[in-house]
Amino acid sequence: MTAFLIRRIAFAFVTLFSVLTLVFVIVRILPGDPAQLILGDQASREAIEAMHVRLGLDQPILLQYASFLGNALRGDWGVSMMTGQPVLAEVLNVLPWTIELTLVSLALGIAIGVPLGVWAAVRRNRLADYIVRIASLAGLSFPAFVSAIILLFLFAIELRWFPVISAHKGSLQAWTQSITLPAISLGLNSAAYITRVTRSAMLEVLSEDYVRTARAKGVPQRIVVWRHALRNALIPIITVAGLYLSTLIGNSVLTEIVFSRPGLGKLIVGALNQRDYTMLEGMMVIYTLAVVVVNLLSDLAYGLVDPRVKLA
Amino acid sequence: MTEIVLTPAPSRPPTGLSALLRAFNANKASWIGLVIVILVVLAAIFAPLLAPHDPLEQDILDRLKPPTTDHLLGTDYFGRDTLSRLLYGARVSLIIGVGATLIAMALGTAIGMLAGWRGGRFDAVAMQAMDMLLAFPSLILGLIIVAMLGPSMPNIIAAIALTSIPTFARIARAPTIAMKGRDFIEAGRALGFSDTRILTRHILPNIFPEILVMATLWLANAIRTEASLAFIGLGLKPPTPTWGGMIREGFENILDSAWLAIAPGVAILIVVFALNLLGDGLRDAIDPKLRNET
Repeated sequence: MTAFLIRRIAFAFVTLFSVLTLVFVIVRILPGDPAQLILGDQASREAIEAMHVRLGLDQPILLQYASFLGNALRGDWGVSMMTGQPVLAEVLNVLPWTIELTLVSLALGIAIGVPLGVWAAVRRNRLADYIVRIASLAGLSFPAFVSAIILLFLFAIELRWFPVISAHKGSLQAWTQSITLPAISLGLNSAAYITRVTRSAMLEVLSEDYVRTARAKGVPQRIVVWRHALRNALIPIITVAGLYLSTLIGNSVLTEIVFSRPGLGKLIVGALNQRDYTMLEGMMVIYTLAVVVVNLLSDLAYGLVDPRVKLA
Repeated sequence: MTEIVLTPAPSRPPTGLSALLRAFNANKASWIGLVIVILVVLAAIFAPLLAPHDPLEQDILDRLKPPTTDHLLGTDYFGRDTLSRLLYGARVSLIIGVGATLIAMALGTAIGMLAGWRGGRFDAVAMQAMDMLLAFPSLILGLIIVAMLGPSMPNIIAAIALTSIPTFARIARAPTIAMKGRDFIEAGRALGFSDTRILTRHILPNIFPEILVMATLWLANAIRTEASLAFIGLGLKPPTPTWGGMIREGFENILDSAWLAIAPGVAILIVVFALNLLGDGLRDAIDPKLRNET
């Protein structure tokens, strides 16, 4: 287990390093001078040069790269050009909101998707299966912000069951009220995705010899499906749920805008509108970190679910 | 007397475009998807003939009107006809979606095939780069690129294409590796065919159906991403009608006139669903292993 852990963590560092390099390259190769972007078209030459010095853009490219990597890893992501606050502090301020939203949505997606997927697989090619397949395809087709707007309109504006602005304070009731609609909106998408993956993983496992053996031995169908088959189908489900978490983090941008919820999404859109260049670079680093951590966690989850993985 | 039973030779799995044609007849869902997609494409092409009004014509006296016989889907904040804007918006969605998907398909397939064909260090480096791109949330990547380049049509197409290249590279690489050792490729090499000829004339036609299926599914994704970017404010500049931009404008008036946001939302949903239906059905039919499984 230790060797497996070390290998995975080393691999996570390699990925982190590569993606940070990608972020650096993207920001540098894109046409357009960041100083010009920040100061606008009317800025004088002197102002632009001063901004170059401030951003370190007057240094040789390799030096810029080294200081970018060093700063990113030390957690020194500079100061927001708009608020004057450290980027890290601003990010940490809203990060819990985004983590909370994505985790609750993913949990919702698993709670709906896994049973539906199992049910459809067991009833393969029957009416229930067709309905689940069409419904999950429709769920996948919803752009995150469209489902969010429809939910907001129906349940917050027309029926007034939930607040229009989902920024909870204090009590558990307020928390539940403010997270329900955003989590359903994001969770529907992940439920659709997980349903499809569960169904196809289950179909594969249900045709395996050991499932036939268990059935031949007279093990009840319920136990065959939920204990023998589902446990073995979990690996692809975890892989996809892990990969999907990065999509969820991306889509949460839209959900946060629609429900006026604080979070990384609102922060990044604010930074884009204000041309807050240092903030954007910091946000890209935080997204990179999030993706690497999520991938690492899902790798570790395999190890827990499937003992064979450790040997591989 | 010995009875002679004639068994037909096992038929080869269909390859190339014949597989695609067969796929259409095998799955009714693909048909429904195809018909809807064709209707939307026709609506976009003939938007000038179909649209009841000029999509940019403002009528301040008639703004935020609910659906009437003159304006079937109502009017927006500037009194512009929603239905006409929806029809013209389909053009933008389709041009950006198809453009981005074609570029991603061409570049991704080329990278994947080369990586699979050459193997070794080139393969390792190219695929590591693809995995990095794949790991980053595509919406965030697209958002940052468009924000830095500016929201023009070529820039939006390039940003969306960049986020979809890795998927095509992955799809193209595996079958290229599998096919590399097949007899007909060996024969081609023995005859002295160049790598380019073997890759483009012999391997590409065999993996093309899979790539086309992926392209259908990614076209859906590209249309969704374009709408998401426009909703955030990184779409084509107003007054050009785009579905995402219309939702954004409608969302600002959601308390008075929700249909302004919901109508284009439903339009995106229908197109994306139809493309998914089409791609899914095609995939089931082309890959017997996957049939009815995903």
